[in-house]
Amino acid sequence: MATITEKILAAHSGRAFVSPGDFANVSVDMVLANDITGPLAIREFRKLGVTRVFNPARVVMVPDHFIPNKDIPSAIQAQDIREFAREQGIVYFEAGRSGIEHVLLPEEGLVGPGHVVIGADSHTCTYGALGAFATGMGSTDIAAAMATGDIWMKVPPTIKLVFHGSLQPWTSGKDLILHAIGDIGIDGALYSAMEFHGEAIQFMDMDGRFTMANMAIEAGAKAGVFEVDATTEEYLATHPQRAGTAPCRRYFTDSNADYSRIIEYDASTIEPVVAFPHLPSNVRPASTAGDVVIDQVVIGSCTNGRLSDLRIAAQILRGRSVHESLRCIIIPGSQRVYRQAVDEGLVHVFLDAGAVVSTPTCGPCLGGYMGILAPGERCLSTTNRNFVGRMGSPQSEVYLSSPAVAAATAIAGRISPPGNTYGESREEISW
Amino acid sequence: MVVLRGKAHLYGADVDTDAIIPARYLNVSEPALLAEHCMEDIDPGFRERVSEGDVIVATTNFGCGSSREHAPIAIKACGVSCIIAHSFARIFFRNAINIGLPLLECPEAVSGCTDGDILEIDLIEGKVTNATRALSFTAKPYPQFMMGIVNAGGLIAYTKRRLEEIEA
Ligand code: SF4
Repeated sequence: MATITEKILAAHSGRAFVSPGDFANVSVDMVLANDITGPLAIREFRKLGVTRVFNPARVVMVPDHFIPNKDIPSAIQAQDIREFAREQGIVYFEAGRSGIEHVLLPEEGLVGPGHVVIGADSHTCTYGALGAFATGMGSTDIAAAMATGDIWMKVPPTIKLVFHGSLQPWTSGKDLILHAIGDIGIDGALYSAMEFHGEAIQFMDMDGRFTMANMAIEAGAKAGVFEVDATTEEYLATHPQRAGTAPCRRYFTDSNADYSRIIEYDASTIEPVVAFPHLPSNVRPASTAGDVVIDQVVIGSCTNGRLSDLRIAAQILRGRSVHESLRCIIIPGSQRVYRQAVDEGLVHVFLDAGAVVSTPTCGPCLGGYMGILAPGERCLSTTNRNFVGRMGSPQSEVYLSSPAVAAATAIAGRISPPGNTYGESREEISW
Repeated sequence: MVVLRGKAHLYGADVDTDAIIPARYLNVSEPALLAEHCMEDIDPGFRERVSEGDVIVATTNFGCGSSREHAPIAIKACGVSCIIAHSFARIFFRNAINIGLPLLECPEAVSGCTDGDILEIDLIEGKVTNATRALSFTAKPYPQFMMGIVNAGGLIAYTKRRLEEIEA
């Protein structure tokens, strides 16, 4: 009778069951902050008059937004969380061993099935791909949870999204989630959990699932949740849980669970898409984009900075050149991804094509640094938000897409579906 | 009785956190510094027009986007006393309540309002009066659970009390 979300929240609030709308005090398994939200959380934590965090193995701070430090104020913010991490003995990753938080935490085995994870970052919902209940909050919530190990929550209703059928060659998890956001709108899942099902999901790799869970927030959702299956288990086996983390538990939605809404899509008809400015819900097929000349392409972020994203980009860019009127910036999501991309020769492909390859950072995704847009410039990006001014000047424009569309666009100089560049059939290449 | 009073600043739907405080200014977290850039990209004149006690009035999904608490902090530091909207994005709602910036969901008050109207708000009663138009509306009450945090003046004071109770 219960959904995954309800089961996890019941288990973490000492109840047999919870229902949507219930308020619950929920114990948390991992608490996260970054170099922007961490300093504020630390400031509020100090006001509580406690000296230690509830469990140092279950609090993590990741410097990633303006890291490596882009200026003196951001260096001071990074210093704040570094010093707090040393003082408290919490989990911390220094630049060079780090990455974008939502790429890093699953890789490092800090989050797993059945966990409740809260993070002072809205894309904390990414970990739902592993069968966790993970949600973003603000710094003050994080401060309170760092002290007490629990937090109040309102149990969300669950919306079930079913993607029937198999995907077209160039369609990815990014296209499915953008398509769904285009359909239900950016507040279409407000306060709800989105639960993903269907054949297209069963055959999707973990990276694709992370991408989809990541963007649940772009529909206003509190969480994006997947059931654990063989693909998840394989990921967990190769990314073992770190010592001191909470035990994992697999939850499955009951067949007669109450969903607030069930939405079904025929995934086989979904083409690669692009979200036009200035909302992630402004979605159209890339093939109908018209002639949109692009000045900059960014491939990276917590949405699409994982290895399979870079592999697809490399598959398209191999032997080709970035269009002469455009810059292409490629940012591996973590040090591990970066290393693997070097080992597999992907970085060579990018450099040969004339792309910029950077150390892991959020950088341009939030208009921080490493690719800020001038007035009138257009960027096509594999990130998750295209609000006014998101990547620079308020007079610039951001278009969102998958890495495949981004790579094809980088070559063409204008928005281009990958089929145009690479052909309609995509043979699997093993690197 | 706490009555807030100020003029209305009207916005539409989906005012996102990048609009409230662009991320390029998030290399600091001091309220006064954040306030300087509040609403800069969508309403460059806001900072000049806003005065102590004023009220932001918007339609649906106010505060969508990132989890940055810098957004309600910037608004509060501008002197804004309350935000009234059809609906709020979830994280923004929590953040505002946690830092002691009151929010009210009251679609009726929003549709009856134009820019510059003088609003009076009784938080205890959840009553919004449009003094310019002599109209009154009742906002959706806070859930009981949340009243504890609102009454304590924010989450830190509330948690502090909880921790003291646990120790006692
Ligand atoms: S990559 Fe972008 S969306 Fe993801 S955590 Fe960093 S700034 Fe936020």
